[in-house]
Amino acid sequence: MAPPRALSEFVAEANEVLETLAHDVAVLDAQRGREPEPDLLNAIFRAAHSLKGLSGMFGQERISTLAHHLEDVLDALRLGKVLASDALLDAILDGVDVLTLMLREASGEAPSDETARRATALTETFVRLASGGQQTAVDVLDEVGLDPAIRSVFTEYEEHRLRENVKKGIALWKVRAVFSLDDFDQRLAGLNATLKPLGEVISTLPSSQPGDETSIAFDLIFGSPRPQHEIETAVQTMASVQPLTNKPVRPRLVSEPEPDAPRTRPAPRPPVFASDVSSPELTPLSSSSPSGVMQGAEPSLRSLAQTVRVDIARLDGLMNVIGELLTVRANIHRLADVARQAGATPLPKLWGQELQKEARALERKLDELQAGVLDVRMVPLGQVFDKLARLMRRLVRQSGKDVHFEVSGGDVELDKLIVEELSDPLMHLLRNALDHGVETPDRRIAQGKDARGLIRLKAQQLGNQVQIEVGDDGAGMDEGRIKQVAIERGLVTRELTDELERRDLLNLVFLPGFSTRKDVSELSGRGVGLDVVKTNLARLSGLIDIDSRRGEGTTFVLTLPLTLAIIRALIVGVADRTFAVPLNSVTEIVAVKPAELRTIERREVLEVRGQTLPFVRLSRIFGLQELPVERHFVVVIGLAQERLGLAVDALLGQEDIVTKPLGGRLKGVPGIAGATELGDRRAVLVLDVAALVEELKRPQAAVG
Amino acid sequence: MEPFKVLIVEDSRATREMLAAAVDLAGGVEVYTAVSGFEALKVLPRHRFALIITDINMPDINGLELINFVKKNPNYRHVPLFVVTTEGRSQDRERGLQLGASEYLVKPFESETLTALVQRYLKR
Repeated sequence: MAPPRALSEFVAEANEVLETLAHDVAVLDAQRGREPEPDLLNAIFRAAHSLKGLSGMFGQERISTLAHHLEDVLDALRLGKVLASDALLDAILDGVDVLTLMLREASGEAPSDETARRATALTETFVRLASGGQQTAVDVLDEVGLDPAIRSVFTEYEEHRLRENVKKGIALWKVRAVFSLDDFDQRLAGLNATLKPLGEVISTLPSSQPGDETSIAFDLIFGSPRPQHEIETAVQTMASVQPLTNKPVRPRLVSEPEPDAPRTRPAPRPPVFASDVSSPELTPLSSSSPSGVMQGAEPSLRSLAQTVRVDIARLDGLMNVIGELLTVRANIHRLADVARQAGATPLPKLWGQELQKEARALERKLDELQAGVLDVRMVPLGQVFDKLARLMRRLVRQSGKDVHFEVSGGDVELDKLIVEELSDPLMHLLRNALDHGVETPDRRIAQGKDARGLIRLKAQQLGNQVQIEVGDDGAGMDEGRIKQVAIERGLVTRELTDELERRDLLNLVFLPGFSTRKDVSELSGRGVGLDVVKTNLARLSGLIDIDSRRGEGTTFVLTLPLTLAIIRALIVGVADRTFAVPLNSVTEIVAVKPAELRTIERREVLEVRGQTLPFVRLSRIFGLQELPVERHFVVVIGLAQERLGLAVDALLGQEDIVTKPLGGRLKGVPGIAGATELGDRRAVLVLDVAALVEELKRPQAAVG
Repeated sequence: MEPFKVLIVEDSRATREMLAAAVDLAGGVEVYTAVSGFEALKVLPRHRFALIITDINMPDINGLELINFVKKNPNYRHVPLFVVTTEGRSQDRERGLQLGASEYLVKPFESETLTALVQRYLKR
């Protein structure tokens, strides 16, 4: 029933729902073996439920059907009909994965038989798991004499929570509060935060205040083992407290056997239940604020949601405008300079000064605007880390190895586009760390290590860059073996490898064709798909380095720019041309005399602090005139693990640029990413560093 | 003639837009939307709504609680109320109708169904 243009709306929202679901399921998974927290279970149920309804409305039957079965299992789980067994949790984790795949297919990816097969299998599993439970015959709620009028507004789930409290002998209370219509939501949040440490808020019932249009009353149905005066003291003047039921809740012996309860039971005193075990993110608001205070005259219509969703293409559009403004700014600066310096009479000189002042003001505001728009694009890495943690926990379980997976730095923020692209390379690295880095427990013990291995995923921000480390405390990489394999495969010559240091030898694993899945097991290191990791990173203007010690482990260090939208570029001159080089791929600039260059395998190289780099003249790449020089300016470029020295004639400065694609004949010229306009209105070409590095590696391969 | 004001309470953005479009098609209506029960409670006193359409499963208060609130309040008691929900559970459906909901639509349904229902309730 949905028009096609609504599909993208659906995909966007379904994606959000799935992300929430995945995050909450990861939390649930991390709590394996404990009694699941009711709020968490309910949130997961709600997400599955929303996804079912949403996909149903948009004619996405496959997703709707699977979500429906997932929902059934979750419903049984939150209603206490089935237990959170390992099989059930695994199925839920799997369900999130398959739903994600299906959503991708719904948004245009080619459907795969594998996904369909997994969905069918999962559906069967869900049906089997959901039917496991049984209902209790006697309804304990009938015994406590609950007002039928109140009971009639509870959903089945809320009734279940009531029952659970009653079964544990926990008393039920009605906490009544009257708030102004203006800010009742915040006040309720405050009240909830105050109550939560004392028990469980099961339901929130709004009710009208007769004759009062500006306030609203709420009855919070609250289960708590604490005495009435203690609850009253906690809520102070915010609310009044009354017993909910007209018959007292009969405390049951906690030792009374529960037929369906192999899960951990709370200790008798003090009664603790899952809902107050965690939720550290709930900080109590001021609990001393008086209730029902009226503020301001006009109630606001503002939505309770504090976020907006924006298509990233629109942000790109804004970024482009900023880029053009940056050009205007640079131009004004230049005009001001000219007027100030060349003004023979006082008047233009004065103008020049005024202009300069305005230009500086413009500059400040532009910087703010640029930072603001960039900030909007930023998302926490945690979005990807959560998914990876979920997958890793499962892989570790399947591997039979004992590995502790440690994640930190999930709050570090990066450009949304970069974060999305990172999950595959990181997964590759983590998988390798598990498969080939960490040894089996026997082997670890034999080497005097702790039987339990460690894999770390860590992010930190360093200035305008983010560093992500994927490390293990495993066997480390064997450079002798790497050398041998690289020679066997004809990737390098023996002569060349003799000149390479350990660091360069380790980098051979990034060569395409270095390793296939089949023979990786021969290496006590790794190699699977590292060339793919490198390519992905290069596309993000990222660097990758290996730090590996024999017997101690291997760490891959990824360095990424915060954003790709506006970049700082180094402006260089070659012959009579000007080029822009993205500064995030420039590691340093050195000056070398022609005599310092050496030739290895018919290629010019130079030595920079003990490391040998290929030396390339930009003029030769583009067939420009070569000027004789006393010394070369060498821009050292780093991309993924590649380093390259690029010789230019002049260094002209730095500018913020927005790269625009080229059209016509220039489109697709290797080594050129696009064009940009500089402050003086000159259009210059922007170098595609990744393509240059690739291009320059080809002749080398022919030599070997 | 004044347009009829219709309030839609639904936490899913895409579904909300779709419902709004279906109600709009009925003609002669002005659509208001709320993303949660709380927001509905805030909007209710500010307009004279001719019809309320609500979801059941929402994060703050559930739809049943909203129905109960509306039907117990002398100012809103007369306003017809539709429940639009994925909730197929018969207990919740029964309760919705008991509490005073006029119609109970289970997702997925054709948007024409909703358009026709809105016309029937508002144009008579």
